[in-house]
Amino acid sequence: MNDVNTSLPLVAAERLSLAYDGTLAVHEVSFEVRRGDVLGFLGPNGAGKSTTMQIITGNLAPSAGRVLIDGVDMLDDPKHAKSRIGYLPEHPPLYRELTVDEYLLFCARLNQVPKERLRNALDHAKLRCGLTACGARLIGNLSKGYQQRVGIAQAIIHGPPVVILDEPTVGLDPIQIRDIRGLIRELGNDHSVILSTHILPEVQAICNRVQIINNGSLVMSDTIDGLRQRMQSSTLTLAMRQPPGVATLLEIPGVLNAESLPEGRFRLHYAPTQNPAEAVVERSVAARWGLYELIPERVSLEDIFVNLTTTENEVVVSAARGEA
Amino acid sequence: MKGIRVIAGREVRSLFLSPLAWVVLAVVEFLLGYMFLAQVELFLRVQPRLAGMDNAPGVTEVVVAELFRNGAVIALIIAPILTMRLISEERRNQTLTLLFSAPVSMLEIVLGKYLGVMIFFGAMWGMVACMPLALYIGGQLDIGMYAAGLMGGILLTGAFCAAGLYISTLTIYPAVAAISSFGLLLLLWVVDWAGKSGDTVVGNVLAYMSILHHYESLMEGVFSSADVLYYLLFIALFLILSVRRLDARRLPH
Repeated sequence: MNDVNTSLPLVAAERLSLAYDGTLAVHEVSFEVRRGDVLGFLGPNGAGKSTTMQIITGNLAPSAGRVLIDGVDMLDDPKHAKSRIGYLPEHPPLYRELTVDEYLLFCARLNQVPKERLRNALDHAKLRCGLTACGARLIGNLSKGYQQRVGIAQAIIHGPPVVILDEPTVGLDPIQIRDIRGLIRELGNDHSVILSTHILPEVQAICNRVQIINNGSLVMSDTIDGLRQRMQSSTLTLAMRQPPGVATLLEIPGVLNAESLPEGRFRLHYAPTQNPAEAVVERSVAARWGLYELIPERVSLEDIFVNLTTTENEVVVSAARGEA
Repeated sequence: MKGIRVIAGREVRSLFLSPLAWVVLAVVEFLLGYMFLAQVELFLRVQPRLAGMDNAPGVTEVVVAELFRNGAVIALIIAPILTMRLISEERRNQTLTLLFSAPVSMLEIVLGKYLGVMIFFGAMWGMVACMPLALYIGGQLDIGMYAAGLMGGILLTGAFCAAGLYISTLTIYPAVAAISSFGLLLLLWVVDWAGKSGDTVVGNVLAYMSILHHYESLMEGVFSSADVLYYLLFIALFLILSVRRLDARRLPH
């Protein structure tokens, strides 16, 4: 690859929209994926994740916007754009009557792997996906977890710079999920990966960037570090044996608000830059409040997700009404 | 255009991995073999009478043309069964995504699928074509007539498959595709029945549209480029329609 290409994002989606019978399935979605990114694409069921992926992989045409894969426009030059992508759709596209080897060789040929490298590509993909022992087995006879692996092997066999996986761990048992996650993390070393899922811990475990889509629009796009910061919320809960009044707690510098909870507990809200934990402890010792619990509350990714997807829901609904 | 070969190869492989292809070939061979023998017997019975006639039909006309005619009828019945799966089954099993995501054009997908099913019918006609060669044991064949008939059979089957392939892109239900293609092909087969009595313009047009009409003249050993062109245009039309149908989802609306 030359220098020009390394500076370009591998995947650039520009203001993608898709209308189905008047409703917008995807609305002005833009994002970029750079070399080495593992992008988690989150959203509730029916939010437009799969549709967006189908657009990026050239299976579905957007009503507006464009997709550039490694600088190549998907609509203008689908052949070259598609050769840079490996795609595992929601339902792995497997021919059940073929053996794993036959199927993977077919995929490799279809993706124009040169004849002399076929064997190598096959062995490599099987090794990566833990399929070395199943080459001669019929795909139809494999368990769901192994079929999923064949699906992933199919997506990486031609060594594409971009690998797009649509809900790769759905319907698998916990051990298989762990294996597949490990595999995806490994893929991130030398491919860019876009991973769609609605399972949140998966994203935290594998991805370095996250975006959330809801009702067809992106509602959040952040790095995993940025997400961690969002997850540190600005509240503390206290539990004390001889609690003072709310008014006393409000005097502590940095405390913006204090709520009284049952059983002598309080929740303190503070400005993100001024954590009053130390001050609380000092006062408690001085005034003998009997502080026995001090917990920084953390927001889980789930909270962020629920927050973004449910509130956005209302916003979108009211916006739609406004237009009408 | 390497994609065509890869897709056709997979198509043929999957076809012959299922019992369907073998059963179809076996049944066709049995039926046509029986018809062929019955026709040979008929010819032997009427041969003394034919010998006395001027311009009497030869063995090729009586036996071989009839064999190819029967082959065409059988192709009409099995072509929808074999083409129904081509696209609709892949769409149903969601394997079409694999082809759509690969660096191959829709034209390559369509031609690959078409070539795959035509390889099967090539095998079928190859088997059928072997039977008349047995007549060399006791006589001579009109090779020109034989070749024209065989080519007609293959062209006719090619037209059946192109139409079946197109219908297969329209629905995700293979059975619906099969019945619809069968209906369409049968209609094209009998379309000249209307207006057959009078020498009207409509009657002539309908006769010209009939898919069988052009086969008949090839069967009589008349090689006319107009007939061949009819089939080639018919095939091209349905293949282009298929490509456009598949492209519809990919291109901007």
